[in-house]
Amino acid sequence: MVEQSVHALEDPRPAAAATGPGRARRTGVKRSARTTPYLFLVPYFLLFVTFVLVPAVYGLWISLHDWDYLLPGKPFVGLDNYQALFDANSAVFDFFWQSMQATGIFTVLSVPLLIAVPLVIALLLNRSFPGRTFFRAVYFAPYVLGVAVIGVLWRFVLDPNLGAVNALLGAIGLPADTPWTTDLPWAWISLVGVTVWWTLGFNAVIYLAGLQDIPRELYEAARIDGGGKWAEFRHVTLPGLRPVLLFVVINTILASSNMFGQAYLITQGAPGVETRTAIMYIAQTGLRDFKMGSAAAMSYLLTLVLLIISMITFRLFRTKD
Amino acid sequence: MSRTRGIAWYTILIGLSLIFIAPLVWMMLTAFKTPGEATRVPPTVLPQEPTTGAFGTLFESGSQTPVLRWFLNSLLAATGQAALILVVASMAAYALARMEFRGKNLLFGMIVATLFVPIFILIIPNFLIVDRLGWLDTLWALIVPGAASAFGVFFLRQFFESLPRELEEAAVIEGANSWQVFTRVILPLSKPALATLAVISFLTNWNDFIWPIYVLFSPESFTLPPGLGILQGAYTINYPVVMAGAAIASVPALLLFMIAQRYVIEGVSRSGLKG
Repeated sequence: MVEQSVHALEDPRPAAAATGPGRARRTGVKRSARTTPYLFLVPYFLLFVTFVLVPAVYGLWISLHDWDYLLPGKPFVGLDNYQALFDANSAVFDFFWQSMQATGIFTVLSVPLLIAVPLVIALLLNRSFPGRTFFRAVYFAPYVLGVAVIGVLWRFVLDPNLGAVNALLGAIGLPADTPWTTDLPWAWISLVGVTVWWTLGFNAVIYLAGLQDIPRELYEAARIDGGGKWAEFRHVTLPGLRPVLLFVVINTILASSNMFGQAYLITQGAPGVETRTAIMYIAQTGLRDFKMGSAAAMSYLLTLVLLIISMITFRLFRTKD
Repeated sequence: MSRTRGIAWYTILIGLSLIFIAPLVWMMLTAFKTPGEATRVPPTVLPQEPTTGAFGTLFESGSQTPVLRWFLNSLLAATGQAALILVVASMAAYALARMEFRGKNLLFGMIVATLFVPIFILIIPNFLIVDRLGWLDTLWALIVPGAASAFGVFFLRQFFESLPRELEEAAVIEGANSWQVFTRVILPLSKPALATLAVISFLTNWNDFIWPIYVLFSPESFTLPPGLGILQGAYTINYPVVMAGAAIASVPALLLFMIAQRYVIEGVSRSGLKG
């Protein structure tokens, strides 16, 4: 905000360029100055058009066709691909909604944990003590690894027969045969647990940055007013974190509903297709079975659902005043 | 803080650290065990007969799982994409931060909007576009499309706007053109932001999984993440081999994080402030 007002006050160029001091001075230099911004933008803009804008529209076009990558003809079918998703007799209906349900279950289970646990960790780290940067880095460390590493690692650790988790449980006298990766509800517990372990540091770092932006005077004022730590948290910390919290909530919902690699590598959809998420099913339909029209329709429907959820979240945050 | 409270405090912090670190240590230790020892019940912590056999299996010549090749591919793709992003994003961000032109707000609005578009709606059409370009099963597919990501432009624009204008104005008075101002004034002032973007872009590409598993087909064109999926399938319960592969994919990322921790944390902190 401050930067923008400074910008408006101190930069004489835009005004000069816009009004122009007269025809006589519109020489080559001026003309090149007018094309300069576009020259700076061209390389990125080409990429943006080719790999973001065009595909966003192209995908919609694909979804209106019976688009089989391997077949020469791709007949126009209107909204048939979308209708099939709502027709209980269609071939895709059961699998698609099964996968949407899996994504829904995962999101509902993981989002509250990914909002609350990192906040606790951020509050823990939000004071000065020796080693603070070190601990922050340690808690963040799993997040710098990719889902492929996380997936194969936990697939091993959670292996019902050979993994360390069951061996540890057995060593302390608990049941050592929990089917962490092969049966419900254990598979969900594994997927949610691994995801929280893996990505918690990301949200914690964001919270921490938000906490440090809350002015200290507010805490001092709250202390003078009396009321304990809890009152301080409710009346100073939470309101101060609100913009950050909104970002964390929306970003975490989007990330969880995009879950793919964990289920792909750890449970492989097990026990049957119960933990096969929407993205897994879309990718398989479009890029393994090459039924791209149907897969594109699914992806747009899922996007619509996510858009609605994001908007509702946004509203909830705004009407809390 | 009293002494006992201080001890309790650090006990909690260290206990938490173990939860995050132990699985990673377990991965490294397993990579140096024999297949039998890796799955022994009860498990051994330190390798009883330490061996590099798992790495030997991976580096065997003529293997169906050429991990060394995957490593080089990953390095090339991640470096290439980070470099491409630095060039195109910094140029675009400079125009958006400092220049006036028609369509600026519309363009910036579109770029920001894509930060909230789920990536998966682009995967199928981009597969077809990459196919049309003849890039399927090549590293180009891993380097170029991802460079269209809006994050870099957004991030650098914010940073450029926070820079004082005086130096640029002084350079203009001395006769520098826009390109010279950009390369000789702005970029040198932006080293921390550029480093942050470079590290984050590198790690994002290094770790990417869903896109490479669908656009790469032949073993020699794989990068490490899809390669790990192959290892898991090929060596089902030979866990030392799978963990050795995972360790090879982890160590560069962890090292980069250790060296550039400040930049990574900084970049993540800022991504939260965009809302």
